[in-house]
Amino acid sequence: MAKFSKKPIELLQSIDYTPPRTDWMSTPNDFSDGRYAYPAKPEKIEYLMKELPGAFANPREWSPGDVDWKLPPNWKDIVHEGFKERLNKYRSLKVFMDVCVRCGACADKCHFFIGSGDPKNMPVLRAELMRSVYRKDFTLAGKILGKLTGARVMEEDVLKEWFLYFYQCTECRRCSLFCPYGIDTAEITMMARELLHLCGININWIMEPVANCNRTGNHLGIQPHAFKDILDFMLDDIEAITGKRINAPLNEKGHEVIFITPSGDVFADPGIYTFMGYLMLFDAIGLDYTLSTYASEGGNFGLFTNADMMKKLNAKMYAEANRLGAKWILGGECGHMWRVINQYMDTMNGYLQGPQMSTPVSPITGTVFGNAKQTKMVHIAEFTADLIKHGKLNLDKSRNDYVKATFHDSCNPARGMGLLDEPRYVLKNVCNHFWDMPENTIREQTFCCAGGSGLNTDEIMEIRLRGGLPRGNALKYVQDKHGVNTMACVCAIDRATLIPLADYWAPGVRITGLHELVANALILPGEGERTMNLRQEEFEELNAQEEE
Amino acid sequence: MNALYSLVFVFALVLIPLIGVGAAKLNVFFGICIPSTALLVFLAGFVCKIYGWAKRPVPFRIPTTGGQQEPYDTTLFTQNKWDNPSTGPQTVVRMLLEVLCFRSLFRNTAVKLDVKNNVVAYASAKWLWLFAILFHYSFFIIVARHMRLFLAKVPMPLEWLEFGDGIMQIGIPRMYMSDVLILVGLLFLLGRRLVDPKIRYISLVNDYFPLFLIIGIALSGVYMRYFAKVDVIAIKDMVVSLTQLKFKVPAGIDNSFYVHLFLVSTLLFYFPFSKLMHLGGVFLSPTRNLPNDTRIRHHENPWNDKSIMPHSYAAYEDDFRAPMFEAGLPLEKLPEGAEEEAKA
Repeated sequence: MAKFSKKPIELLQSIDYTPPRTDWMSTPNDFSDGRYAYPAKPEKIEYLMKELPGAFANPREWSPGDVDWKLPPNWKDIVHEGFKERLNKYRSLKVFMDVCVRCGACADKCHFFIGSGDPKNMPVLRAELMRSVYRKDFTLAGKILGKLTGARVMEEDVLKEWFLYFYQCTECRRCSLFCPYGIDTAEITMMARELLHLCGININWIMEPVANCNRTGNHLGIQPHAFKDILDFMLDDIEAITGKRINAPLNEKGHEVIFITPSGDVFADPGIYTFMGYLMLFDAIGLDYTLSTYASEGGNFGLFTNADMMKKLNAKMYAEANRLGAKWILGGECGHMWRVINQYMDTMNGYLQGPQMSTPVSPITGTVFGNAKQTKMVHIAEFTADLIKHGKLNLDKSRNDYVKATFHDSCNPARGMGLLDEPRYVLKNVCNHFWDMPENTIREQTFCCAGGSGLNTDEIMEIRLRGGLPRGNALKYVQDKHGVNTMACVCAIDRATLIPLADYWAPGVRITGLHELVANALILPGEGERTMNLRQEEFEELNAQEEE
Repeated sequence: MNALYSLVFVFALVLIPLIGVGAAKLNVFFGICIPSTALLVFLAGFVCKIYGWAKRPVPFRIPTTGGQQEPYDTTLFTQNKWDNPSTGPQTVVRMLLEVLCFRSLFRNTAVKLDVKNNVVAYASAKWLWLFAILFHYSFFIIVARHMRLFLAKVPMPLEWLEFGDGIMQIGIPRMYMSDVLILVGLLFLLGRRLVDPKIRYISLVNDYFPLFLIIGIALSGVYMRYFAKVDVIAIKDMVVSLTQLKFKVPAGIDNSFYVHLFLVSTLLFYFPFSKLMHLGGVFLSPTRNLPNDTRIRHHENPWNDKSIMPHSYAAYEDDFRAPMFEAGLPLEKLPEGAEEEAKA
């Protein structure tokens, strides 16, 4: 793995927004170490080709660092035909290829551009990488006038350039907010990645989780019995913290609600504390629910590969709700999972909903979640905000007094849903100290953690930390100004990626899920006196540290 | 370089009618044939392009949400209805704001990197919005004013528009504000392409050419009106006769008119095949013209492939039945021998 040793100040000094002298079509690709994520293991691709024919191809050992990528001999036809097919399936792609005026409003909105200065990270130019081929292959002017109209022939270097830069886009959609025509680079990146997959160009960090999710139901390929063991460990920890043994139903039939959250939270620190938070919350309100090992992954890495793969993975949610007889689905804190649920799920898989499913109603407060009546799926922040409003939670906010919190809006719930006030409402009700980061860096203008869309792998750490500059800098601002020491978020990828980001750009800030803070303040019926938080750190020490 | 090519090209376009009309006396060709062909190409091309977009399916509703979603509890949270619409009428308002007020461009900021103080700042940068608005509205007003040439009787709204446009009462003929502002807008848009290294880097001939072309159209128009003082009555006669399919080209119209007309014809030819189609495209952008409501209402994807099924629970349990049984997880089907074992 490429070692990344630049100091923050060195990284800042290396950023230059002035483009190079060579025009972008003649700037060669840089495939040095650390500039690309590792390709997928062939057996993962072989497995997925069996499970979903047509989406993936060409399993082999290869490396982007090599000159020979072992492409199929007819790869140009594959790309051309695939491109044509998608231009006919998606109005978005066709319109976005045609209408860009290159006004440049998007140029400095991308976190990867802000942190790198690489002009191909300007969303407009990222799209031009593809648009130039579109002009050559599909427009009359491009065919006749060629380079004069910004058209270029698809060559191996162009395909490699696609791989470099469509895996330096986290599909966060910040550019699309500022674009006068709403051109969405996420949409373009998705299409480019689909085309790359057809030639067998992919990254393992995405493909292995996809293969695992398909078979075992979760990311890391943890098998059901091991999943149960981990859950039992969490219950032990909760008992150690609260003195109360609670229950966590798994794969049980006949419960009203099925709870699905990203599996990252089952395995990784600090996500596990968020997961424990959910369990404690459900115990406190006596929710009639079950978890599932089969549908133990809310996050859908299929979204980062291919629309059909996304559909196939997502379909497990309704399938399992039907099998277990759940009336509706409660969804945990996750970013792209909620993009999928909010903008794709019902369209793709709504017909799979069983007759037992109905518009979600909170069994505790009676609130009808009318805004989820079609998908039958409610966000946990909505659910908890409703509980708080109705006074159903017994909260001791002062337990979170050592927390000086800010909130990171994850890209997908922000720009692909609009879940902005719900988590803030919850946060403010469980935490006495809260400050938002500057307004151009939050809510719909939020900056990505730079590890979204499957880019949260360590071999591209420099790319991630550069892309993390805008978020990190905004965080440092509230850290310096208000003494913020905790950044809450509602995304499992964030909980993994923001830690190195904060350690680098704003050291001393810890990352937490929203429901870790909820559960820390939450008084369970029959619990003992709490002396420590969910991370089993003593309150006394934490408070003493804060006073220093 | 791209700018230079475009400029040279537009100069060449100016020379063509000057030679064609001035030397070769091809008045009918430049006065009737070219403009009417251009108009037909424009109309047909525009319609075809829009039809091409519109016939393509919108598989998913993917609005970019620019504010708070429709909440389940309106007393607790307030929806930002115009930036995150969830109904048709709200989406219409969003589109009106986008098309008429350039809502998204109004958000524009400029990043400022202060390495010494370790600060990344986002300054408000509304210049692009302002000059884009000036240019587009001036262009619109100018096109609307030209409608008087096509109409035997000029309707009242056009009279008011003209009166308003010339309300400064400067000069004879009276100066139209739109003539000045369109040039101001165009020069800003061109200047920023040339001056900002980022924008210069991404600019193609496709970007400079329409700018120079429209500048050429505006300048030739200004020259006609304020300097050559062309015979507008004669021009109107010609245009009105054209609309009645009676072709007559009066003599004695200044050559600058033919330059103007030829450049406009070029613009009409070029329009449907260029980025200028953003005029139509802005209405069809799926991240703007759809409500954020697929959690509330069903949206149909015409090519949704229902043969794609999830990896089934049965297959999953087959894969892991023994260890699941061991761990005490509920099962649909017990492992072989498990029941007997339990009895024993």
